[in-house]
Amino acid sequence: MSAALRTAGLSKRFGGLSAVSDVSLEIPQGARHALIGPNGAGKTTLINLLTGVLEPSAGDVFLGGERITALPQHLRVKKGLTRTFQINTLFPGLTVLESVVLAILERKGLAARWMRPVSSHRAEIGEATELLATFKLDRDAQRRTAELAYGRQRLVEIALALATRPKILLLDEPAAGIPSSESVEVLGVIAALPADVTVLFIEHDMGLVFRFAERITVLVAGRVLMEGTPEEVARNDEVKAVYLGREAHG
Amino acid sequence: MSALRGGRLIEVAFWLVPLAAFLLLPGYLMLGSQILIVALFALSLDLILGYAGIVSLGHAAFFGLGAYAAGLLAAKGWGEPLSGLLAGGVIAALAGFVASFLVVRGEDLARLMVTLGIGLLLYEAANRAAFLTGGVDGLSGVAMGKIFGVFAFDIGGKTAYLYSFAVLLLVFIFLKRLTSSPFGLSLRGIRENPARMPAIGSPVRARLVTAYTIGAAIAGIAGALLAQTTQFVGLDSLGFNRSAELLIMLVLGGTGRLYGAIVGAAVFMIAQDYLSGVNPVYWQFWLGLLLVVFVFFARGGILGAVEAAAKRLGRSSQERAR
Ligand SMILES: Nc1ncnc2c1ncn2[C@@H]1O[C@H](COP(=O)(O)OP(=O)(O)O)[C@@H](O)[C@H]1O
Ligand SMILES: [Mg+2]
Repeated sequence: MSAALRTAGLSKRFGGLSAVSDVSLEIPQGARHALIGPNGAGKTTLINLLTGVLEPSAGDVFLGGERITALPQHLRVKKGLTRTFQINTLFPGLTVLESVVLAILERKGLAARWMRPVSSHRAEIGEATELLATFKLDRDAQRRTAELAYGRQRLVEIALALATRPKILLLDEPAAGIPSSESVEVLGVIAALPADVTVLFIEHDMGLVFRFAERITVLVAGRVLMEGTPEEVARNDEVKAVYLGREAHG
Repeated sequence: MSALRGGRLIEVAFWLVPLAAFLLLPGYLMLGSQILIVALFALSLDLILGYAGIVSLGHAAFFGLGAYAAGLLAAKGWGEPLSGLLAGGVIAALAGFVASFLVVRGEDLARLMVTLGIGLLLYEAANRAAFLTGGVDGLSGVAMGKIFGVFAFDIGGKTAYLYSFAVLLLVFIFLKRLTSSPFGLSLRGIRENPARMPAIGSPVRARLVTAYTIGAAIAGIAGALLAQTTQFVGLDSLGFNRSAELLIMLVLGGTGRLYGAIVGAAVFMIAQDYLSGVNPVYWQFWLGLLLVVFVFFARGGILGAVEAAAKRLGRSSQERAR
């Protein structure tokens, strides 16, 4: 069986800087996989390569065995590969409900239609309302996204991604900016996704990583330092020195 | 629910204003037609700028194309108005479709330059093609037939006014539908955050190409309407000044609301008519001042300010009720 998501020798250079170097990952379907590494390690860049925001300098991306290296972003989403952003990337002037309904309309291929008003799309509005309720966002549904506090906007960020019904979900520091009490809840919703949904998440809070990840990839200076179970990663001296050590000091 | 019905009532009242003007101000029908036509033109810019977020400094290119298309048709003997209107829209749509591939790519600054460039290009082309367009003298000899074969254009401008009103209303109804549809929501999504749209699976380019083409078509229809009702097409119909003034009107009225385009066009043109009668230099001065004030103190334009005031009023009356 081919992996849900695989990269081969993936690299990205920004001028003289190698942000991602020769990364070969293999993520099986249904995985709960964490990507960790110090700031500037290239984690976000890797997600940008996987989703097609950036073009790789070298290497390939495969989705369920199909090479998607040159596929535009929106078509990767149509194939079930969705991401969230480290820094909220939302629709400030749309209401929370409108935003999620829009994502659902896009998923269903209805977003280019113009004969019926959005307000008559009952099924999509219903689905969006339910999704918002799982994040306790229902009372904010009619507010403009820009009016929400950052932490609540963070939830919209994730709700938007889930509205696309991803097969593979890439989360770039989903809990950043959320109070730690709530971050457990947020990752709980993600962990509770159907077992066949593959999740790759970047997270700095080691408590959350060890709690939710089955496997961990450690990225340092654009390269994969190691990959293994949380126990293996915790035991690894190199990781301790390079990553956990720095974390403890800084 | 009652708020919705209240909204409807205000809308109906709004559309009764131009009809009342027709009955009460017969001496101003020429100006009135011009306002209706420019309002239509402003609506076309509102779709691409107010909804889709594409800045443009050359939108008059499509207005002028529509004007010349309909004007030339009539000058060469095809004076049937409705088909002329359609021709203006189609020609402008074709040009808009082609241009959209250049416009959609860039960032704001690139878009400003590209649209500006397209406008200047067409202006110069129309200027050089004097054998066809009449060049700086303009295209005259536009002889219009009757609308539906019944209503002839009269000297008093009654037919022209009602014709312009009908076209404006029809296009408005179409745009209202378009902007409240999923397609319209996706355009607002692109305006609000073009980086997020592909991440929810939206083909941003294709949507913008569609929106830009529709916007160009409507601008073309507005241009054709001007050619038909004034029976003349001047080079200024696709000049930079017209594009710039259009942008001012839309910002003044408020973008992304449709009604803002109409209110902006009306306020602008009435003020221009009045103030430039007093003293043309003053007009530029007041216009400049008004613009600066609006950009700094009322970002949503006139309609934005009205909405904010209505909201404040609603809130205070709610508090009083409590
Ligand atoms: N678009 C870009 N242009 C130039 N350099 C970039 C760009 N994006 C990221 N970088 C650089 O690449 C490195 C990796 O960044 P990033 O992937 O954001 O790291 P992480 O997410 O692990 O903190 C950093 O040194 C960053 O400055
Ligand atoms: Mg990052």
